Order: sequence, then C-alpha cells, then structure tokens
Amino acid sequence: MRFLDQPPRFLFFTGKGGVGKTSIACATAIQLAANGKRVLLVSTDPASNVGQVFGISIGNNITAVPAVPNLAALEIDPQAAAQSYRYRIVGPVRGILPEAVVKGIEEQLSGACTTEIAAFDEFTSLLIDSPLTAEYDHIVFDTAPTGHTIRLLQLPGAWSGFLDEGKGDASCLGPLAGLEKQREQYKAAVDALADDKRTRLILVARAQQSTLREVARTHEELAGIGLKQQYLVINGILPKIEAETDGLAAAIYMREQAALNAIPEVLRSLPQDQVALKAFDLVGLDALRQLLIDTPYLACGSSNAPVELDKPSLSQLVDSIAVDGHGLVMTMGKGGVGKTTIAAAVAVELAHRGLAVHLTTSDPAAHLSDTLNGTLDNLTVSRIDPHEETERYRQHVLETKGATLDAHGRALLEEDLRSPCTEEIAVFQAFSRIIREAGKKFVVMDTAPTGHTLLLLDATGAYHREVARQMDKTNLHFTTPMMQLQDAKQTKILIVTLAEKTPVLEAANLQEDLRRAGIEPWAWVVNNSVAATKTNSALLHQRAINELVEINSVAKQYSKRYAVVPMLKDEPLGVKKLLELAGGFD
Amino acid sequence: MTKSIQVFDPAMCCSSGVCGTEVDQQLVNFSADADWAKKNGAQIERFNLAQQPMDFANNKVVRDFLERTGQEALPLVLVDGEFALAGRYPNRSELARWAGISTIIEMQPVTGCCSGGKCC
Repeated sequence: MRFLDQPPRFLFFTGKGGVGKTSIACATAIQLAANGKRVLLVSTDPASNVGQVFGISIGNNITAVPAVPNLAALEIDPQAAAQSYRYRIVGPVRGILPEAVVKGIEEQLSGACTTEIAAFDEFTSLLIDSPLTAEYDHIVFDTAPTGHTIRLLQLPGAWSGFLDEGKGDASCLGPLAGLEKQREQYKAAVDALADDKRTRLILVARAQQSTLREVARTHEELAGIGLKQQYLVINGILPKIEAETDGLAAAIYMREQAALNAIPEVLRSLPQDQVALKAFDLVGLDALRQLLIDTPYLACGSSNAPVELDKPSLSQLVDSIAVDGHGLVMTMGKGGVGKTTIAAAVAVELAHRGLAVHLTTSDPAAHLSDTLNGTLDNLTVSRIDPHEETERYRQHVLETKGATLDAHGRALLEEDLRSPCTEEIAVFQAFSRIIREAGKKFVVMDTAPTGHTLLLLDATGAYHREVARQMDKTNLHFTTPMMQLQDAKQTKILIVTLAEKTPVLEAANLQEDLRRAGIEPWAWVVNNSVAATKTNSALLHQRAINELVEINSVAKQYSKRYAVVPMLKDEPLGVKKLLELAGGFD
Repeated sequence: MTKSIQVFDPAMCCSSGVCGTEVDQQLVNFSADADWAKKNGAQIERFNLAQQPMDFANNKVVRDFLERTGQEALPLVLVDGEFALAGRYPNRSELARWAGISTIIEMQPVTGCCSGGKCC
C-alpha cells in the first residue's frame, strides 16, 4: 500500500459514511504497530465500532489495546462533544433566563457546524506537542476536519477581535465562541494539518462515479487550503474472479472498472491504492490484518443456500402513497445512498398509475432527468443544480447585502456563505418554488431540508403561525413550509439508506433531527441491497447475509414502514429499469 | 470619557445573519456600521444570545427585558448600561451621537469609496 509508505506522524482518513474509513484506519494502525511503531488510533465514527473491532471498550480516554502491542485507541463521539459543548453554554443560564429563550439557544447550537467544530476542539490537543501524545510515533484519525472548519480556524480576520477581546463580534465563528482552547492551540493544530512533513491525508472512496466526484471536490477544497499531501484509497473493489461466476457480479465489476477508468482528472495524479472487497465483516484482528493484504477471496465453505428475504418492495410503499391522489414526497439521506434514483422510481411508479407527477431532482449528472423527461404520460421532470443554485445565492447575497461592505467585511461575509447551511438554504429556496404544486398533483423531490435548518428557518414561521391563528377566526388559511412538512397528509418523507452499519446509523441520526422539528419520516427505503437479489457469487452471497442484520434493525428498530430495493445489474436509468427497481425481487 | 455601547443580539448562528432564509440587510449593515464606529474610537460590544447567554443573564436590565418581552424583541442596545434602543439596530448617526464621534469624520469613507453605509 502506497499510503503506508514512509508515513508521517499524523494520518487522516476522510470520505463519506460507509466507504470503510474506520476499517482502513484500524488496519493501518495495526500494521504500523506490528512494525514496532507506537500508535494511537483516534475514531470519531458515530458507529464507533473501534472498541468492538478490538473486543474492548474504549470511550473518551486513551486506552491500550491489549491484543495489539504498541497500540492505544481513543473514541471521540461528535454528538457527545456537541452535547457537552451545548451544556457548557446553556447550563449556567438555565433557570435564570426564560425557558423559551434557553430552548432557542439550544436549537441554534444543534447544527452540523457545532458538531463539527466541537469534535475538532476535542482532537486539537492531539495535534500539538504535549505530554499526552509524546509517546506515540503515529496518530491515526479515521476522520478529517472539513474545509469549512479549517478555514474558520485559519481566518485571521475572524480571530482578531474575537479571542483577543473575548467577544464574539466576529461573524460566523458561531460555535467557536464557547470553545475552551486558546488561539495558539488552534493555530498550532491548523499548522500541523498543513505541514506535509507531519500530516498525510488519505481520501477513501468506492469505485462509483458519484463517490469519486465527491472525493475530487474534497481533494480540491483541502488542497486549496494547504493540505497538499494527499493519497487516494479505493476500497471494496469487486475482484475480477467473481465476475466469472455470476451475472450480477459481472455487471458490478464492469460498472466499477468503468468508474475507475473515468476517474476525475484531479484525482489521477494522486498516489493510489486499491483494496479488494472482502466477504467477511471487518470485525476482529484477523479480518483487519487481511484487509490491506491482497489475499484472493476463498469461498469459506459456508452454505450457499439462497438468502431468504421477504420484504416489502418499493412498489408496495407507492401503493399507500398513491391513495391520496396528490402530495409532496421527499427522499432524504446522506450522499451516495441513491436518493435521486429512489425519487425517480417513486415518480415513475406514480405516473404509471395514471397520476400526475412532477419530479424535481438535484441529480448532478443529469442522466436521470435527461433520460426520463417526456418518456411517460403524466410525468414532468425538472432539475436543480445545487452548485449553481448555491453559487447564484452567494453572488446574489454578496452583490445585494454585501454591496456596502469594505474588503474585510466582505471577506467575512464570503466565508460565512461557505458554511454548510448555505447550500441547504439555497437549494431549499429553489425547491420551495415547486412545493406549491403539491396541492394538485404529486411532487417528488430528491432532497429535503434537515430538521435543524427547518427550525432555524421557522424562527420567522413562529410569527406566521401566530398570525395564522388569528386569521383562522376569519376563515383564512395560512401555511408555512414547516407546517406543510409536519403534516403527514401533505408530505411524506422517505429516508434512504444502504444495508450497512454506518449508513443505517447516519440515517437514524437524520430521523432524530427531523423529529426534533416535529416531522415524522413516513418510511425507510433500503437501497442497493444484494440480499434482495439472487446471486451465485460466493462473495456477494456472504455480503447478502451480512445485510440481513442491518435490514432487520431498520425493520424492527427504526422505521414504521420500509421497503428493500435490490441492486440491479445495470444502472437504473429509464422507465423500464426504474419500474423493475420498484417492483422488487424476482 | 467614551460611552460604552452594548448590543444584545438575538440567538443566531452568525452575526452577519447569513444562516437564515434570507440574509438580513439590517445585520449586514449594522456589522459594517459597528466596525466603522469602532475604528473611530467608539466602544462597542456585541453579545449573541446563542453564544454568550451568561452576559444576558448577568445583566439585570437585559434579564428583565427578556422576561418582560421575550427574545423576539431583541436586539437591545444599552448605552452606559442604560436602555437606549430595542427592536432594531441603531444606524450610523445614532452610533456616532452616542459615541461622540463628530459627523465630519462620519462623512469620510474609511477605505475606498463604497465602504461607508451608503454607496456612492
């Protein structure tokens, strides 16, 4: 593995949920420790299975791993970090300020920015020279801060007058205000990140077009702020030998190889490693030791009996949606789980039943919208490009609201507009223009605002509701977008996930976030399931068995209704494929 | 003796207000005006309810204001600890008056032609 060649002191693995960062980080730590290096492994995975991997409980203190000499581990729970951060801020005023005020503060501090920065705060101390970390040759992180976080910490304008005076008049530093550490510590941490002698960033991806595109963006953003030493690991590639035994495996193999051949230009020059898909769950030392070694998969004698899966299909879910004759359907989930595909399948199913449907997607490749448009009676398709919308929104704000600012003020506003909230707001504004149609027909969209955004947006809605209450007396009707989303008769939110541990947990977090905003997701859709196919590939068969655990936890623990959607041989483009996808298994 | 101006903002993620559905022009302007006044020697402090709630809780005037009218009535501006303005942000001339900045200086743009409150 090239990324393991002469590694510097700090190794950061970054990539979206489910690509296998934590497994690769664990395997790396084990290998370095086996080479006689003293290693500290730091995990911020919400699934936090590092302890489980090593069969010990770790938690928020550095803990030696008895089974691996030279290895110690630490788990940082970003949610818990954010929680304790909120507690530090809100705790002292509880009971002093009015209850409604305290609630408002807590909501402000519940966004993604707070979680991210609170987690960064937790691991800052590991990046600077201290007795705590002096004994380790390598510190391996299974996550990396985002560009937004790093820029916030770098922004000299933001710091001056902030920590110096101790007053938060410095723009969107928001969550930084309650941080404990000193400015010098943050500076030292950011310097360490940008120093290629000390830090290596390893981008972890899967051999999928959308994932690779996302990784290319991360690469450019982080390189742009000085993290120059980057490596690329492509995880979970289906071995060629599997393709010889099974049609589905062959199709997956072709698709992955095509994605690898079409890898974004900016990623080509990075040192690259490929890790083969393994059949086993990456739990336990033996499994992890094998991860980075290219052992061909051997069918391990487990029975090849077909996986029994009798789960509702997407088509069955659509039956219940269709009953109302009109309404808003939103698919929601982390990047890469297939929100756009599921939204398209739902739209096609509805239109196929003779119902009028408007499908709006943010599909960056535009394949889907292009292939669907005009192919089916009752179906119209429109597309919103999130990057274009965000850019337009940014420019608009800078040109109008920022017109009178001086260079310094403009720089601060510009940085504020790069926060993760901005894209969500910009896209939501674009979508909300179309939402209105949902009173007469079906509107299906492949995105939804998070609960946090809704609560913030609804700060003005609270006022509107008051107005509405008074208007009710005069029989006038008034609805805010929030009220529309909270009403299950008008809006159905489908949470899309994959049958893997981290994506399921991330989906559960999304659900909690929506519930805080008074929105109950209507159903879950488990996408791309191997268990929902018939496969002869021993490797895929084993994956299917592993999936059952996750599908069962969705069925029993998380969802009121759910459906399982099979992995298809071909990309689900066009009406016929989408109907096949929704129709379930055969 | 310079008067001290204290501004108690509502709970927000950014004092520039970009995190809402719409960027609040008031906030963008006031951030620039406050910056201008500071450069001219005014003593201005801003407190964000979401970030520094202790400063709200420890100040009797502010605490009573919140109990009476709720957070919807913010921002609240105190000059030398006394109630001066609520419900909106002060404009540049109000800041100048409170801080004793002469209006001749006020008319001079700090840097460039458009850095003032109004564009030329």
